[in-house]
Amino acid sequence: MENILTADKIVKQYGDYTALNEVSLTVPKGSIYGLLGPNGAGKTSLIRIINQITMPDSGEVIFDGQKLHPNHVQHIGYLPEERGLYKSMKVGEQCLYLAQMKGMSKADATKQLEYWFDRLEIKGWWNKKIQELSKGMAQKVQFVVCVLHKPKLLIFDEPFSGFDPVNANLIKDEILELKNQGSTIIFSTHRMESVEELCDDIALIHKSNKLIEGKLDDVKRQYRSNTFEVGILSDNVEGLMYDLTQKFRLSQTHFKSLNDELKLNIELGNAKPNELLSILTQRGQVTHFVEKIPSVNDIFIQTVSSN
Amino acid sequence: MSILSLIIKREFIAKVRNKSFIVMTFLSPLLFVGIAVFVGYLSSMKADVKQIAIHDESGLFANEFKNSDEYHYQNVSAIDVKVLKDSITNHYYEGLLCIPKVADTKALSSKIQFISNESPSLSFVSQLENTIAKKLTKANFEKANLDTLAIKNAEAKVNISLAKSSGEESLKGLNEIKIAIGGAFGYLIMMFIIIYGNMVMRSVIEEKTNRIIEIIISSVKPFQLMMGKIIGTSLAGILQFLIWAIIGLSIMFVASSVFGVHTGPTAGVSPEMMKAAQSEMGGTFALYLKELWSLPITTLVLSFIVYFIGGYFLYSSFYAAIGAAVDNETDSQQFLLPIIMPLILGVYIGFFTVMNDPHGTIATVFSMIPLTSPIVMLMRIPFGVPVWQLLLSMAILFGTFFFVVWFAAKIYRVGILMYGKKPTYKELFKWLKY
Repeated sequence: MENILTADKIVKQYGDYTALNEVSLTVPKGSIYGLLGPNGAGKTSLIRIINQITMPDSGEVIFDGQKLHPNHVQHIGYLPEERGLYKSMKVGEQCLYLAQMKGMSKADATKQLEYWFDRLEIKGWWNKKIQELSKGMAQKVQFVVCVLHKPKLLIFDEPFSGFDPVNANLIKDEILELKNQGSTIIFSTHRMESVEELCDDIALIHKSNKLIEGKLDDVKRQYRSNTFEVGILSDNVEGLMYDLTQKFRLSQTHFKSLNDELKLNIELGNAKPNELLSILTQRGQVTHFVEKIPSVNDIFIQTVSSN
Repeated sequence: MSILSLIIKREFIAKVRNKSFIVMTFLSPLLFVGIAVFVGYLSSMKADVKQIAIHDESGLFANEFKNSDEYHYQNVSAIDVKVLKDSITNHYYEGLLCIPKVADTKALSSKIQFISNESPSLSFVSQLENTIAKKLTKANFEKANLDTLAIKNAEAKVNISLAKSSGEESLKGLNEIKIAIGGAFGYLIMMFIIIYGNMVMRSVIEEKTNRIIEIIISSVKPFQLMMGKIIGTSLAGILQFLIWAIIGLSIMFVASSVFGVHTGPTAGVSPEMMKAAQSEMGGTFALYLKELWSLPITTLVLSFIVYFIGGYFLYSSFYAAIGAAVDNETDSQQFLLPIIMPLILGVYIGFFTVMNDPHGTIATVFSMIPLTSPIVMLMRIPFGVPVWQLLLSMAILFGTFFFVVWFAAKIYRVGILMYGKKPTYKELFKWLKY
């Protein structure tokens, strides 16, 4: 698959502090790419470099097959984490101004704005000033500004912060719709459940270095520990436990169920699931048998704390 | 439309639509006229007449003091000093001048006393001293048997008339007029820089606190944004000044046609007026007009434009950089002081040094230093400045201007993305290297 963006060994230093240490990324076209990392890892520095707000000290960024060029800002939409609008300016005027800065004509921008205002049900806001809107309402306007010029690459930094669940869902659907229309989305967030839900690819940056990158499924496969979550109803718990501890490592677990069964996490090591199953079936009634797939959250915490 | 003109347009419209801008534009001239009228009214009011008691035991001076609008003198030599002192505590008299009886007039000079509750003004005391000294001198002359009339006739009075080497006659008091004209231009530049430089700074801070800056900066270069801001704000400022000028001129026009007041020699001098003036007031006034007319007006106006642009851009780049470095206006104070100092210095040097010695070392040096040259040089121009000095000063100004814009743009670029921290000078310096 083609890549919309490749970053090659990006280095950025602020004085003595290294914000990015030879970070390379590959963002496939048409994907939703999760850019993860703890606070201060260097995500924002990287995003700013992609937006040409700052220049890297070394390394280069290739956008859509070309070396990053000032004209490329017209094809990138950016929703920063620290975002706001001119308070005393009217919504319509403000959107037109920001759209024209992205190279749109006034007529084109007006048409697009009408489409988006209609779509997000904010039609009546054109002549309102931003200071009259609530925070969530202003966020919607910012989202429109970000996507108005039909950018090939969209960069969202914590897009859901400030939205109520209804609107967050609305924005999520819009993001998926944009993906369907062919846009690529870089998505930076601390909300792991939305990464889980939306992202095709992820990269994890920690302490200025990239630690993980790849398809979300591949990363998960890489991090799976061959552990199974098991529920079993057994008359002879002691015998069962004896059998299991001979071969595997066990730990307590919790999951919701209607039975009063024994709940265990069982690390298989090099054994096959069927070996475990055969032991279990001899000793009781299996009610629950699921491979524990590491969540993004687990991977994140595990990687960050082990480095 | 290019991005720069888009930014300029937005800044301009944002400024002009601002309510405080509109109010200021139309209220300031009224306020100004109001203050002028108020001051005029105050100065036309007569002060209370103060009663001064004179207790003169020598009998020499009692009739020497002439009543004025402010002070009335009363000869109370017959009354006892103690009683008089009481009347001062009772505020019947403002002050009491005690002149003792002395045989030798020479001893008198140090024995005269003025008693009052509130300390008298210096000019009043020296007026008293003058009157007494005059009388004493006269008495001394008479004692020495000198002919006072002959002495008076022998006193010479000198009035030096001024001329230029080119042979034209020159006028005293013209320096004041020249400094007033140059000063008006210089002052205008200073006011403009302070008012609209601050506006640039506020607008930068606004974008930072609104958090819109990162959205904008992902579409345009910080340098473009900064320049657009400075230009847009200055256009709004020029519009405001033009409106003020128009309102001011119309008020003056109305006032002069209503009250029949002549608006003075500087407003619209035409040959007819000059002629009329000549016949009315004789040669002197015409000479003033001629001198004013012969001032390097073209140079003055052209230099005003050049220094205005150079000075304003230089300073507002500083203002923009400060705005970018801080999070709110209160934090900006420590950085603003070093900027306002040279402006004030320029005005002081203009009014004191340039007036005394327009081509002296201090005046020349400060008309070269770019931070003060827009003000000081404009004040020097009416006195005639060599072309090379003018060009050199402008070259330095614009050289510095480009350097400062580069420097400010760097601080601006880094500063606008820094939130929540008040930087130190050391950190600002570090930003230059980012």
